[in-house]
Amino acid sequence: MKLSREEVLHIAQLARLGVSDEDVERAREQLSNILENFEILQSVDTDDIPPTAQSLVLQNVLREDESCDSFPRKDILANAPQEDEDSFRVRAVLE
Amino acid sequence: MTTDYNQLTIHEANKLLKDRQVSSVELTKACLERIQQVESKVGAIVTVTEELALEQARKADELIGTGDINPLTGVPALIKDVMCTRGVRTTCSSKMLENFVPPYDAAVVEKLNEAGMVMVGKANMDEFAMGSSTEHSAFHPTHNPWNLSRVPGGSSGGSAAAVAAGEAIYTLGSDTGGSIRQPAGFCSVTGLKPTYGRVSRYGLVAFASSLDQIGPLTQDVTDCALVMNVIAGHDSRDSTSAPQPVPDYTQCLTGDIKGMKIGIPKEYFVEGMQPEVETAIRVVIEQLQDMGAKVGEVSLPHTRHALAVYYIIAPSEASANLARYDGTKYGFRYQGADTMWDTMDKTRQHGFGAEVKRRIMLGTYALSAGYYDAYYLKAQKVRTLIRREFDEAFEKYDVLVAPTSPTVPFEIGEKVDDPVQMYLADVCTLPVNIAGLPGISIPAGFADNLPIGMQIISKPFAEETILKIAHAYQQATDWHMRKPAL
Repeated sequence: MKLSREEVLHIAQLARLGVSDEDVERAREQLSNILENFEILQSVDTDDIPPTAQSLVLQNVLREDESCDSFPRKDILANAPQEDEDSFRVRAVLE
Repeated sequence: MTTDYNQLTIHEANKLLKDRQVSSVELTKACLERIQQVESKVGAIVTVTEELALEQARKADELIGTGDINPLTGVPALIKDVMCTRGVRTTCSSKMLENFVPPYDAAVVEKLNEAGMVMVGKANMDEFAMGSSTEHSAFHPTHNPWNLSRVPGGSSGGSAAAVAAGEAIYTLGSDTGGSIRQPAGFCSVTGLKPTYGRVSRYGLVAFASSLDQIGPLTQDVTDCALVMNVIAGHDSRDSTSAPQPVPDYTQCLTGDIKGMKIGIPKEYFVEGMQPEVETAIRVVIEQLQDMGAKVGEVSLPHTRHALAVYYIIAPSEASANLARYDGTKYGFRYQGADTMWDTMDKTRQHGFGAEVKRRIMLGTYALSAGYYDAYYLKAQKVRTLIRREFDEAFEKYDVLVAPTSPTVPFEIGEKVDDPVQMYLADVCTLPVNIAGLPGISIPAGFADNLPIGMQIISKPFAEETILKIAHAYQQATDWHMRKPAL
């Protein structure tokens, strides 16, 4: 079953991804094809099988809470698309 | 021994450096000249760091002059452009990070620097390591040195092609679903994906955090062991890094594999597999048997579910990891949008390439309300079954041997617009990441002068077992010594 235009737009909005009309049509086609290939999992019996989030047996890795130097402000701001004195400059969040 | 310094292995170069028959500056210049000579054809590199390399080489020569030399001192390397290098731009072959200059080094880069690395540049890759052909680089595709109209594999295609083409003596890659092994197979070099947790990922730009792992691409297994000796080990800055002690990986390279038990997973000889690849791997298996290994067939029925599991889990994790690229703190920002949201939407629309956006959409869908149980949770449960199946196999066998890819390198352009076909290129390597196992690809022959790779897989932290068998095979064969005519 092909994803609807609305479904694709909803996903794009969740992912904060701007899309053109052409992108939406391509995504409907390609995502649907890929999702079809996932159907195979529905036939696998996974009752009583716990999920694996990652393959290491490590759990709750803790360390001492020690302070350490952070990066110099100017090093971090060097990569900023736009800066304003000691801050990142962004668009107004509240309009 | 070859006189082209750029074609030396690490251990050969080390011997010459130690005996003062060559300097690190000479080695480095040989690689830089080779880069100049072939890079327009191969396209393995995003950024050449000539000045830095020569400066590091001069320092290495000073150290060597005082008798301070370890196996990697003064040896030229190339780092996949997904690992942060302080002061050298790290792009992930994406427009999003085209001008990103990290303020710190990745743990592996730190360790290699301490060991005296000379870095000649940063290697091309599929954007954010998503792809199997290096065609998804935002800058340029990489060409296979064995046949320039073919892909080098991916996503570490630049790293693999550079070793094959002699542009660097060794390289680092990263492997989330086959991204070290598949290009190593396609370019006829040696590539190891270590156990999940074996190498620190601090400073590796994250793609799929439960799968990503860094490893070496080299000309032979001995070199692979030498690089592992430096990069493996625990790092408190990566909470998924394992506290296991690091052995000397060269100690296991004895050449003796008598009595070792090798399982052949029948599901890896998939339908649609190229007959020449199957034949080559069957020949290898017979050779290993002649060398004293005991071979038996094993069945891993859930192999056929690995592709779906992977393409749910990896894009899901990617969709979360790549949420950070919003044009606020670093990277590309779209200029000229009206509002904050519009700026963010357009930054991501224009900063990411088609495959990255496809995977973000796919992952977002799989994690979205109403679909989480059917996709992500289901995939994680089948992941458990895949791991259990491997665990059972390793009760009987020391390693599993299989093809690295079902085919030889395909044509550039052949699969780039067909994601499902492209994803199938990793069908033999994905299960290893899903289970967090170590795996290597080593050269195992050619079909029409196109490389065939063999994969050796073992249980967690059994890199030594893998290296031992791979090394013994390379002692008995010379596939890994062949070089492409460029």
